[in-house]
Amino acid sequence: METTGTAQQPKWWSGGKSPFNLEYGKLMMWYFLMSDAFTFGAFLISYGSIRFSQNFWPDPNVVFNAFPGAGHANLPLAFVSVMTFILIISSVTMVLAVHAGHKGDKQGVIKWLFWTIVGGLAFLLCQAWEWHHLITGEHPTLIDGRIEWIGQTTSVNPWGQSVDPSTAAAALQNSSQHSLALLAHEHNHEMSHAQLMGMPKEQLINMIKTADLHIREKGPVAFGGYFYGITGFHGFHVFSGVIINIIMLIMTQKDVFAKRGHYLMIEKCGLYWHFVDLVWVFVFLCFYLI
Amino acid sequence: MEHQHSSISSEVSVPQHHYSDAEFKQRVKKTTIILSIVTVIELGLGLLLYATNFDPWLNLAVKGVIIILSLAKAFYIVSIFMHLGDEIRNMIMTIVVPLLLFIWFILAFIIDGNSYKNLRNRYDQHFKESTMPKEHHEKPATEKPRPGKQ
Repeated sequence: METTGTAQQPKWWSGGKSPFNLEYGKLMMWYFLMSDAFTFGAFLISYGSIRFSQNFWPDPNVVFNAFPGAGHANLPLAFVSVMTFILIISSVTMVLAVHAGHKGDKQGVIKWLFWTIVGGLAFLLCQAWEWHHLITGEHPTLIDGRIEWIGQTTSVNPWGQSVDPSTAAAALQNSSQHSLALLAHEHNHEMSHAQLMGMPKEQLINMIKTADLHIREKGPVAFGGYFYGITGFHGFHVFSGVIINIIMLIMTQKDVFAKRGHYLMIEKCGLYWHFVDLVWVFVFLCFYLI
Repeated sequence: MEHQHSSISSEVSVPQHHYSDAEFKQRVKKTTIILSIVTVIELGLGLLLYATNFDPWLNLAVKGVIIILSLAKAFYIVSIFMHLGDEIRNMIMTIVVPLLLFIWFILAFIIDGNSYKNLRNRYDQHFKESTMPKEHHEKPATEKPRPGKQ
């Protein structure tokens, strides 16, 4: 065996040992992560390419301005910063789990892995809320000269350019009773939707203050596909990371690693988990910040 | 601090440097604080872009700063949290050098997208008119109600 002296550089390529001074599994995890980085990179670059090919792209601060429990308050970047900090903190707890593993501290590994899993689940819950809010939250949008209420899906985007009041007023005439009732309800909360649906159209249109209307045109369709596709792919990584961490937690609990004499498995899963955090840095950058 | 690391695998000939508890805590604490502060600065710049109406070049410059800050975050995550900085140089290079492909990858596709936009604006008048951002403030005089479809 090699002596472990650090005085002279070992001959890395003389055989019988890893020239990278890493065990096989960890090295392969690195290469997997590198290829995964290219997958994410390709998605994000494709998104960038499409975005640069458009004259108009929705402002993320307009799209992502909701916060659970805050109603219609305009809070750009607030919720996504919570999600970002959740991932940063869960990355830190993972570092602590790996460190506990180095020391062979089973209880420490269990404790920090548990908190990492909690962080991952919290992130997934946040993402579920955000998707749900985007898909079901409908916005008045000018489509073919009428106003329709649409959510953000992969086939339609309600975040186009603002429509000027005169165009919006003209579009009211062509809009359905349902759309008008929803618009009237925005300013007039005393009447229920059913009551408004029963009113004549003319009266409904008169109730709507055209100056207060915030109508947008349809935005670029690609927005939804890229957003759900890329955040979904990232969310899937978080999900699989949580599953892997749960398996690690069970294995630690059952003394698998203690019997093996080392906790290298925790290190490999830690690499994967940090990678998930790393990808989020760029998803956060590309979709929410710029 | 030596742990049982050297006995793990015959492949790992030089035990990796492990930090003492105090050193380790210090490093993790420092990195966490750096990541948090950088994120807060990014959020601040993002909100600044939202709240103010910069001219396009300044806007782009602020976005450039945000991108550089994100790269700094990525460096800290990979180097400290993933311990890539503690690996031997050959190994680091096999990870980092292929990633340099991204420089071409990003530039080529962004420039291609931009060129597609310019071509369409030149040759596809409908695309240009229907998607070019317009100023709403300057044309309340020419008010023409749109004909509906019904």
